Amino acid sequence: MRNPQLNAKGELHHLLSIEGLPRAIIERILTTADSFINIASREVKNVPLLRGTAVFNLFFENSTRTRTTFEIAARRLSADVFNLDITRSSTAKGESLLDTINNLTAMQADMFVVRHAASGAPYLIAQHVAPHIHVINAGDGRHAHPTQGLLDMYTIRHYKRDFANLTVAIVGDILHSRVARSDIHALTTLGVPEVRAVGPLTLLPSGLEEMGVRVCTRLEEGIKGADVIIMLRLQNERMRGALLPSAEEFFRNYGLTPEKLRLAKPDAIVMHPGPMNRGVEIDSHVADGSQSVILPQVTFGIAVRMAVLSITASSQRIE
Amino acid sequence: MKLAIVNGRVADPASGHDAMADVAIVDGRIAAIGAAPPGFKPDRIIDARGLIVAPGLVDLCARMREPGAEGALKIEMRAALAGGVTGVVCPPDTDPPLDEPGLVRMLRQRSREAAGARLYPLGALTAGLAGETLAEIETLHEAGCVAFMQTRALPHDKSVLLQAMRYAKTFDLPLWLRPVEDTLAASGVAAAGAVAGRLGLPSVPVAAETVALHTVFELQRAAGSPRVHLARLSSAAGVELVRQAKRAGLPVTADVGIHHVHLIDIDIGYFDSNYRLDPPLRSQRDRDAIIAGLADGTIDAICSDHTPVGEDDKLLPFGEAAPGATALETLLPLVLQWAARANVPLIRALGKVTSDAARVLGEPTGRLAVGAKADLVVFDPNARWRAVPEALVSDGKDTPFARHELEGRARFTLVGGEVRFERA
Repeated sequence: MRNPQLNAKGELHHLLSIEGLPRAIIERILTTADSFINIASREVKNVPLLRGTAVFNLFFENSTRTRTTFEIAARRLSADVFNLDITRSSTAKGESLLDTINNLTAMQADMFVVRHAASGAPYLIAQHVAPHIHVINAGDGRHAHPTQGLLDMYTIRHYKRDFANLTVAIVGDILHSRVARSDIHALTTLGVPEVRAVGPLTLLPSGLEEMGVRVCTRLEEGIKGADVIIMLRLQNERMRGALLPSAEEFFRNYGLTPEKLRLAKPDAIVMHPGPMNRGVEIDSHVADGSQSVILPQVTFGIAVRMAVLSITASSQRIE
Repeated sequence: MKLAIVNGRVADPASGHDAMADVAIVDGRIAAIGAAPPGFKPDRIIDARGLIVAPGLVDLCARMREPGAEGALKIEMRAALAGGVTGVVCPPDTDPPLDEPGLVRMLRQRSREAAGARLYPLGALTAGLAGETLAEIETLHEAGCVAFMQTRALPHDKSVLLQAMRYAKTFDLPLWLRPVEDTLAASGVAAAGAVAGRLGLPSVPVAAETVALHTVFELQRAAGSPRVHLARLSSAAGVELVRQAKRAGLPVTADVGIHHVHLIDIDIGYFDSNYRLDPPLRSQRDRDAIIAGLADGTIDAICSDHTPVGEDDKLLPFGEAAPGATALETLLPLVLQWAARANVPLIRALGKVTSDAARVLGEPTGRLAVGAKADLVVFDPNARWRAVPEALVSDGKDTPFARHELEGRARFTLVGGEVRFERA
């Protein structure tokens, strides 16, 4: 079974998941992002790489932040950007996901940036679009958020230079996190020797060990000696079932405070995909502290998404 | 009407007969196996050279979509015949559920008109299958229901299950249960494990099956041991619990869907919704335990779990796609494929879809015996064919085996001595 995001020449045609991406492609995306980083500081922020390309942002699930960064990235590449907020109620009116895709294809779309609440939805779309169209996964269910994973790698490389000797801890709600899954695949592909998943057993999915991850149920153990700490967002709805008793108890056990951060390496960086819940997974003193790289992550995110859009756009579908 | 099937290899799991023989059929019943009766002059002779003559398949679960999709039964019955299936057990998860005698009579009438396979309807165990109040199961039995099923999962309220068992025991009616604890299965769409974890799919833990089995066995003991059939086992732990229950003497039987004999969760690949099945596909260890359970008799029968799903209901993200697959026409070759791979003698493999299934059902079918109704299939074990969805008879086109090359195909299907299907 060929990885559906690569064409027959092994080039990136869609970006659906980091799982199964060759290391060389990930590195090419990071290197290409380097060349886009400086554009933001120029007077003319645009390059003409995607002039005449129609990029449709298809957000079946709301996310202003991710959509905006994709929009900025596409505009800086001179693409024509169309935003469609397709709430689930409008698809419930009778038009199926694939009908929507076919309609948009008829509007001369070239790229779809897709956010969907169901794991795997971008795969279904990629399977059924016309051959010239590229699909970028902007987050599907609990499955993957590959551009977030790539921008996290860009951030780590920026501050740590090399992946070869790092210990990276991912902390919080791993079970429901597409970011965690994408980060894990990226980190293991790039050769990070120790990736730790930290959280209570109710928020850790099965199969983490098979993904090359060390499971830690205590924060202290998980971040000890870490070079990088990635905190995940904990959604309020997790407190409604039996996964967690309260936000307060979660913070007491897994919230990153200045005291706990001292267990990590002195030069450890703290990351978060946003939006943050201050006082739930992260203390404000850490979020705003000197080791936090949360805002640079956002800036790098635009360059990384420019790299992904331009690289996928340049591939041809070859069967 | 007199019919002779000559030169074939006659394989009858019930008697163990497996040798070249001719079969004589008179007035819908088998008149002789071997030498024809004196003076036998057949109206038609079927030459079965190179073919196998076996009892028609008895499928313990095939959805005919009626009531609900009017006209569907006729098509699905033709699919059954094309697959060599001469008896279909229809679960009550229709729309509306099969919980009223009038619906059962209507269904049986339509089945007679369709002239397909024999119909064995399962009545709903609870009204509307809601798991709250008992359906009129004794009256439904009178109307033709062979057993009573709670589909999808055990009733949420276990006191309803206990009373259902006591009531069924009163009339010695068998209960068919899906060993699924709904509170644990919740909204899971894939088996708990590395694959679901990696793909980010909501999962069903093995405990959803084992807790349900423990519950069934305890309540069965409390209710005076009514007969229970466990439909669609999926896990190694579940198979082991059934093995122990049988050893302890509880009156239980069990089946497995054919897909779970072949496939595992890894086969889901990149979210292929053809592999979205209920119960979800589990690990290789679970599949191996299912195969071992078939070998030692813990699992009595294999069914197709035939579920025609509309194309639009499969063209959805994995978790939103309707579960189920079309399977009446692939059941026979997939049973043969399992037999070849697991080194199971042909006659024992066929037993799982004929005589063993009939024993679960308690019906005098699934065997080739003098005097028995001539429900049989003549199939070519070596016929290679590609399962092209558009070419399937069933309205259901979605199968994990789409475009796979399969081996073994029905050539003639007879119900009550009448050739109801033949393929050149």
